[in-house]
Amino acid sequence: MTAGAVLRAALSLLLVALVVWPQAFAPVFAPFAPEGGPVIYDRVSLLSLSLNHLMLVAAASSLATLVAVTLAIAVTRPAGAAFRPLSRTITNVGQTFPPVAVLALAVPVLGFGAGPTLVALFLYGLLPIFENAMTALSTLPPRTMEAARGMGMGRFQRLWQVELPLAAPVILAGIRLSVVIALGTATIGSTVAARTLGEVIIAGLLTNNTAFVLQGGLIVGLFAVLIYDALTLLERRIARRAGASRRG
Amino acid sequence: MIEIDSITKVYGGTTVVDAVSMTIETGTITVIVGTSGSGKTTLLRMINRLVEPTSGSVRINGEATSDIAPHLLRRRIGYAIQGHGLFPHHSVGRNIAAVPRLLGWPKDKIAARVDELLALFGMEPGAFRDRFPAELSGGQQQRVGVARALASRPDLLLMDEPFGALDPIIRARAQADLREIHQKLGSTIVLVTHDMEEAIRLADRVGVMDGGKLVQHGPPEEIVARPANGFVAEMVGDAERPMRLLSLIPVRGLVEDGAAPGEPLRDDASLRDALSECLWTGRDAVPVTRDGAVIGRVTLNAIRTRVGRHA
Repeated sequence: MTAGAVLRAALSLLLVALVVWPQAFAPVFAPFAPEGGPVIYDRVSLLSLSLNHLMLVAAASSLATLVAVTLAIAVTRPAGAAFRPLSRTITNVGQTFPPVAVLALAVPVLGFGAGPTLVALFLYGLLPIFENAMTALSTLPPRTMEAARGMGMGRFQRLWQVELPLAAPVILAGIRLSVVIALGTATIGSTVAARTLGEVIIAGLLTNNTAFVLQGGLIVGLFAVLIYDALTLLERRIARRAGASRRG
Repeated sequence: MIEIDSITKVYGGTTVVDAVSMTIETGTITVIVGTSGSGKTTLLRMINRLVEPTSGSVRINGEATSDIAPHLLRRRIGYAIQGHGLFPHHSVGRNIAAVPRLLGWPKDKIAARVDELLALFGMEPGAFRDRFPAELSGGQQQRVGVARALASRPDLLLMDEPFGALDPIIRARAQADLREIHQKLGSTIVLVTHDMEEAIRLADRVGVMDGGKLVQHGPPEEIVARPANGFVAEMVGDAERPMRLLSLIPVRGLVEDGAAPGEPLRDDASLRDALSECLWTGRDAVPVTRDGAVIGRVTLNAIRTRVGRHA
């Protein structure tokens, strides 16, 4: 086993233990808790908060991937090229809007809960995926594309069998970035009563309980690191084939 | 038979291909030579409709290409390009199988065809079928590219500078392979190149293009011996002309009775081989053999007379 694999296994174990059996860590967090106050957050189980958090991120990122990749495909076709600047502007606006502002604007329409958070994460996740997908789809090896056209592949056959597989590693890099941003941003959702790990952090801030802030932050951080790592591995596996001879 | 009938392509006021007509006989290799910007690649790409002609028509065995949907037309025409254009994410076998898969061949027929082509191109099917293009040498990639273009037994094979990315030694071997495969399969080939040497080596017919026009079209001997204009003469290269001509004539035509010393030549060797043999070994004549038996000799004088006729 390499050093990376050992570290990966150790961090995964730590994360599982923190989420499933937080009481065991009470002695570690105790010095950060206020005198006589609770050390471990126990209003809701950390496991259910974690699952909710992950589901929210997964839903928002899947939706963002679907929309961003579809949009990127559309604007890299000859017929859609005219819409490229417009679509860039739209996704850029999604990124410049602070997530807190999106939450504040969405609450009157969608009410408290997961809805506004989902919208904010979705908008925030669009840009990296769209930019990467568009770059990947417009810089495919020209000779391979010429050969695909020359042998009589139809438009959809070229897209499914050649363009998307070759663009996959770069698109996946965009998704990875977007997911990690969403994991962090989702904590803010707790300000509008979405059930995420942000709840632990906010409870800690409100009661001056640093132990809570550390617990919440540590779990979110570990999720981000491990998911980033897993997606990197997946990307490398795909790239080994598709990217190995992109210059060829 | 492919009939190209006054085909023209105009891009924004510039005529890239100007009323080119030519007939390509079934089973021959036609090489189109020209400098860059001569319109040779555009002409080739109008045959499989990667470029739509502004006017004029192309007929393949009497059928107008404009009557066939472009992607269906292209599945019937092999297409091999410079730098091969293989799919980097597909194995060698799957690359070769691309067109048969598009045509919906049954799996076992495709597998058999892939193995047959790999063997034909001197690549052990078991060793190469499952490799990826990035794991092959440049020459092997190029062969897979040509094998892919031939996979569905197309009526016609179009090749756009197929050997352009290869180094000189591999290129010479690839050219010899192509001739050999052409003799085995009898396919009709149209090949585009900027290299007159390559054209003369491969072609049954050479078409020379300049400024969008087909300036000369004929057998290589004619192009070398009687260039239609200054441009063709320049493409052939004045100093190279005698050697190019000699390389096209087999010694069997000049064999005379008599003995000669030293190593013999086969009767299908070219006069260029005979001349270089004479000069290198300081002989005035070389014995000629057919099927291993000496049938006579070819002399330096005879070679000189044969070339001198064009002065």
